[in-house]
Amino acid sequence: MTPAHDPPGKAKAAVGASRAVTVQGEAARSVLDEADIARALTRIAHEILERNKGAREVVLLGIPTRGVELARRIGERISAVEGSFGGVGALDVTMYRDDLRLRPTRVLGHTEIPESGIDGKVVVLVDDVLFSGRTIRAALTALDDIGRPRAVQLAVLVDRGHRELPIRADFVGKNLPTAADERVVVSLRESDGGESVVIAKREPVGEGTS
Amino acid sequence: MKHLLSAGDLDRDEALLVLETAEKLRELADRPIKKLPTLRGRTIVNLFFEDSTRTRISFEAAAKRLSADVINFSAKGSSVEKGESLKDTALTLEAMGADAVVVRHQSSGAPHRLAHSGWIQSCVVNAGDGSHEHPTQALLDAFTMRRHLGALDGRRVAIVGDVLHSRVARSNVLLLSTLGAEVTLVAPPTLLPVGVERWTCATSYDLDAVLPKTDVVMMLRVQRERMNAAFFPSAREYSRRYGLDAARMAALPEHALVMHPGPMNRGMEISADVADSTRSVIVEQVTNGVAIRMAVLYLLLAGAGSAVDDTVPEQRRGRA
Repeated sequence: MTPAHDPPGKAKAAVGASRAVTVQGEAARSVLDEADIARALTRIAHEILERNKGAREVVLLGIPTRGVELARRIGERISAVEGSFGGVGALDVTMYRDDLRLRPTRVLGHTEIPESGIDGKVVVLVDDVLFSGRTIRAALTALDDIGRPRAVQLAVLVDRGHRELPIRADFVGKNLPTAADERVVVSLRESDGGESVVIAKREPVGEGTS
Repeated sequence: MKHLLSAGDLDRDEALLVLETAEKLRELADRPIKKLPTLRGRTIVNLFFEDSTRTRISFEAAAKRLSADVINFSAKGSSVEKGESLKDTALTLEAMGADAVVVRHQSSGAPHRLAHSGWIQSCVVNAGDGSHEHPTQALLDAFTMRRHLGALDGRRVAIVGDVLHSRVARSNVLLLSTLGAEVTLVAPPTLLPVGVERWTCATSYDLDAVLPKTDVVMMLRVQRERMNAAFFPSAREYSRRYGLDAARMAALPEHALVMHPGPMNRGMEISADVADSTRSVIVEQVTNGVAIRMAVLYLLLAGAGSAVDDTVPEQRRGRA
């Protein structure tokens, strides 16, 4: 069965819709445009190669939903430069979150680990926005159940500060000082139709990753 | 929705949400560590007043893979044998702090009573009540069909055999018609329930006429323990007319699946060579059952709203 047979549920559509409406309806400030995002990802790809002296042992795992697409794009850039590459996958962390009981049930994402596994590899987690750090904590716990990487690194498109846990990113597209009541909205062509990073006023109940 | 009592309670979006969630959880079966921390510290009681192998083990595995604590209760060897009522059993569970109760009962409507009487606060999942419903079985059947056939819209499903006593048939008719499949019930007239003409399905007395245009054939167990009248002349005659053997299987289209909710009476409603053939997905149904039950427990218990329908519209999040 492929997911294409059915829409992935109203939830995702609703997320997209509310996203677009609020961003347009408020004084949203654009921070990165399409070219900026592309340049940031290219730089991150090269930094990953430099830090790990190649990509043979590197596995990129994107965190749904937008992290998966970002990981794919970084992976493309790495493959273009380097011959051997550990692969790209996805890691859904929903079941490992610490806020499940505080919010209505979340829709699960997709997990896909490259054939060769992650044991002994360098796993680079990829997400769109680094905020409280709780998503990354959940991802680290999720990795425990899949294997034992030699090292885990973190790449994010935007680091917006306000950490609640001792977690930091190794590769950052852009450091973005924000107020706690602001929202960082990342849009990618595949999931949202456009390419941008904007800062908007936060909704009463916002999204986990922003 | 706080409980899962009937397959008819699920609208199309909710049913698809359960199936999509199960699809994600199915991947877990291929991992070395088949456990998620999601329901750590929650207590799930398996309250089984009627014998069951598959369903109870499946619910237990599902709960354990989500790290919930599982308490198994079977009526045999419990105070029920001393005459304890359902209410008193329920009050005992409530006092122990159960978060969810998975109930199998020989009386139709027992899970509904448990959910709506105010005896307990926990979620109630119907794991089969009398000849009424068995919603998680219908969900796992639909899940298995979708894995092989894709979306079920317009797919033709024949449910064959003892429809009268079958909770599986009733739940499947409700769920499959919600998902857009066309269901035909095939049985001798004595084994079709009164009022079946109002169900959202067709009926037939002739298995051979139905088979060539069927995508899925689901054989039902002849429930000897509920056969308190002469529903058919002899087991042999039933098997001749409504049993699935190799010759009948050959009449099915190339891609058609053979299903059975188990336990099978080999040689009665299904012959051994059919049950063990490559067309048969009977063993896979069991594997998929664990994923479906994990999805149901996750959707009922994990979130603050503990509700299947709260996941759907984003706007409702404000209430949480």
